[in-house]
Amino acid sequence: MSYFVDEKGYYGQFGGAYIPEMLYPNVEELRQNYLKIMQEDSFKKEFDELLKEYVGRPTPLYFAKRLSEKYNTKIYLKREDLCHTGAHKVNNTIGQILMAKRLGKNRIIAETGAGQHGVATATVCALMGIECIVYMGEIDIARQAPNVARMKMLGATVVPALSGSRTLKDATNEAIRDWINNPVDTHYIIGSVVGPHPYPDMVARFQSVISEEIKWQLNKKEGNENPDYVIACVGGGSNAAGAFYHYLDEESVKLIAVEAAGLGVDSGESAATSVLGNEGIIHGSKTLLMQTQDGQITEPYSISAGLDYPGVGPLHAHLCESKRAEFVSVTDDEAMQAGLELCELEGIIPAIESSHALAIFKKKAFKENDVIVLNLSGRGDKDLDTYIKYFKL
Amino acid sequence: MNRINQKLQEDKKLLSIYFTAGFPQLNDTFTIIEKLEESGVDMIEIGLPFSDPLADGPTIQESSTTALNNGMTTKVLFEQLKDIRKTVSIPLIIMGYFNPMMQYGIEEFCKKCAEIGIDGLIIPDLPVKEYTDNYKAIFEKYGLINVFLITPQTSDERIRFVDDISDGFIYMVSSASVTGSQSGFGNTQEEYFQRIASMKLKAPQIIGFGISNAETFKQATSKAKGAIIGSAFVKHLSNKGVGSINEFIKEIC
Repeated sequence: MSYFVDEKGYYGQFGGAYIPEMLYPNVEELRQNYLKIMQEDSFKKEFDELLKEYVGRPTPLYFAKRLSEKYNTKIYLKREDLCHTGAHKVNNTIGQILMAKRLGKNRIIAETGAGQHGVATATVCALMGIECIVYMGEIDIARQAPNVARMKMLGATVVPALSGSRTLKDATNEAIRDWINNPVDTHYIIGSVVGPHPYPDMVARFQSVISEEIKWQLNKKEGNENPDYVIACVGGGSNAAGAFYHYLDEESVKLIAVEAAGLGVDSGESAATSVLGNEGIIHGSKTLLMQTQDGQITEPYSISAGLDYPGVGPLHAHLCESKRAEFVSVTDDEAMQAGLELCELEGIIPAIESSHALAIFKKKAFKENDVIVLNLSGRGDKDLDTYIKYFKL
Repeated sequence: MNRINQKLQEDKKLLSIYFTAGFPQLNDTFTIIEKLEESGVDMIEIGLPFSDPLADGPTIQESSTTALNNGMTTKVLFEQLKDIRKTVSIPLIIMGYFNPMMQYGIEEFCKKCAEIGIDGLIIPDLPVKEYTDNYKAIFEKYGLINVFLITPQTSDERIRFVDDISDGFIYMVSSASVTGSQSGFGNTQEEYFQRIASMKLKAPQIIGFGISNAETFKQATSKAKGAIIGSAFVKHLSNKGVGSINEFIKEIC
């Protein structure tokens, strides 16, 4: 079985490009060119250089000694939290801005939920001197004020999405509508492994630098490039796609995707798509998504804005259905406690998204000699308000 | 013969009207359809509301949200339409996004449409290729016409392909935009209308997006077989209610 995208843009039964005809020329142009461009020497050189000099890659693969002792196993943290802008998101935006330039686009649009992808997009647009418009749900704008300010400082225009539930899914709808209205000069930088083909594949490839580095880093430390487990949190799933990518065909490496259960899977306030979702179409992709019986997309909930998405990328839907990856859901409370624990044991304040992945150690027992790589996708600076409120700091 | 194709043979410019089912009130569907036919409309697009209508501007988005809040579902719509053919004879098309249809079950959905007397479907987010590969046989089994869209950005080659596989008409999107965002047509549109007219396609074209009054209807139909009014009609319903449908239509043609 293949876990990579096929020539029609599908991962098993999931994926495809369910887009209105108005978007066909844009998406088709990208589909025909993305692999060719990514394979150009000049592209690779520019991408690698920016990742090194600007983003600060390679990010460390850090052996978390005290965390390992506590859970009596061997835990490495892939430190994506040390990337410029504070999360893995920038790996993708660097790749896509270079792609946009080569496609001759001079206007960038993006969607954002918590604002991390918006900031990462605004950053690379500033770097390249390209106009940047970020769509963000009106409700998210109110609850993520620091990131809105960051985007503005970086020169981006932040446009509130006023439709529907006024959060990430609606911001994505607005970005897609903008693209319909501006089909010639605009490139849409999607922030996760979601959307119509070729986006899920393109974003996964840009993020695959994470597992590429894990391989040689782990080989240096353990004499083996393959761990027993790779663990990552999944909203849309871009950091997990990057951490899993070069291990997809290594069946001896077990993959664990951690979803946000919110207040609990059965509480009605959850974002655990693998449990609560079923096959449908969201943002141009056939995948697992949370919806009513009548096919209306429902509003998810998680304390972590980055995991608060009603769908999951088609790659992950395939990994879930094929059981290549184990999907585990973690509640707000479990994640917050795990985040605090990492602060206390390792002196690292994680993003609440990443805290979900960290909560796995309370839910699942690992063997003493297991080698585990956990992708620490982002840092917690942006979440201080939430931590302060939750722990009454 | 399918009612759509019969209608297309008439020697006149066709006016098609879109409305969102379940808006302004849940049970307005039947009344709106009857009044539209009485007013002389040639064809009706019944909008099946969706939570995330990607190709629609604010007017149709808001009407969809209201309709869903009113309790509109696929089942409710089919129930409302079950006796529609006792009184209404013009072509009826359901326009909606693919996900609610998938959840209902595509074959079941098509079967139900055929039972009711629906003549065709417009599904903006079902790509041509997916349709021909996976769903064409089902649609044809139930005698349903699937209407395809072309836009100013669609290449000539692709237009020829769409024309080739089209039954009924081609839905010609007037400009690069979501619904309800244009006010009047400029030179760009005129050139596009002319370009398509000169391609001498086998399927007649009906123009949608940006038609809101007598003037834009006349411009659109100078080269095409007909035109579709959506957002402007929904706005009218929202302001004036179902009582004044006749008044709106009379002003167009």
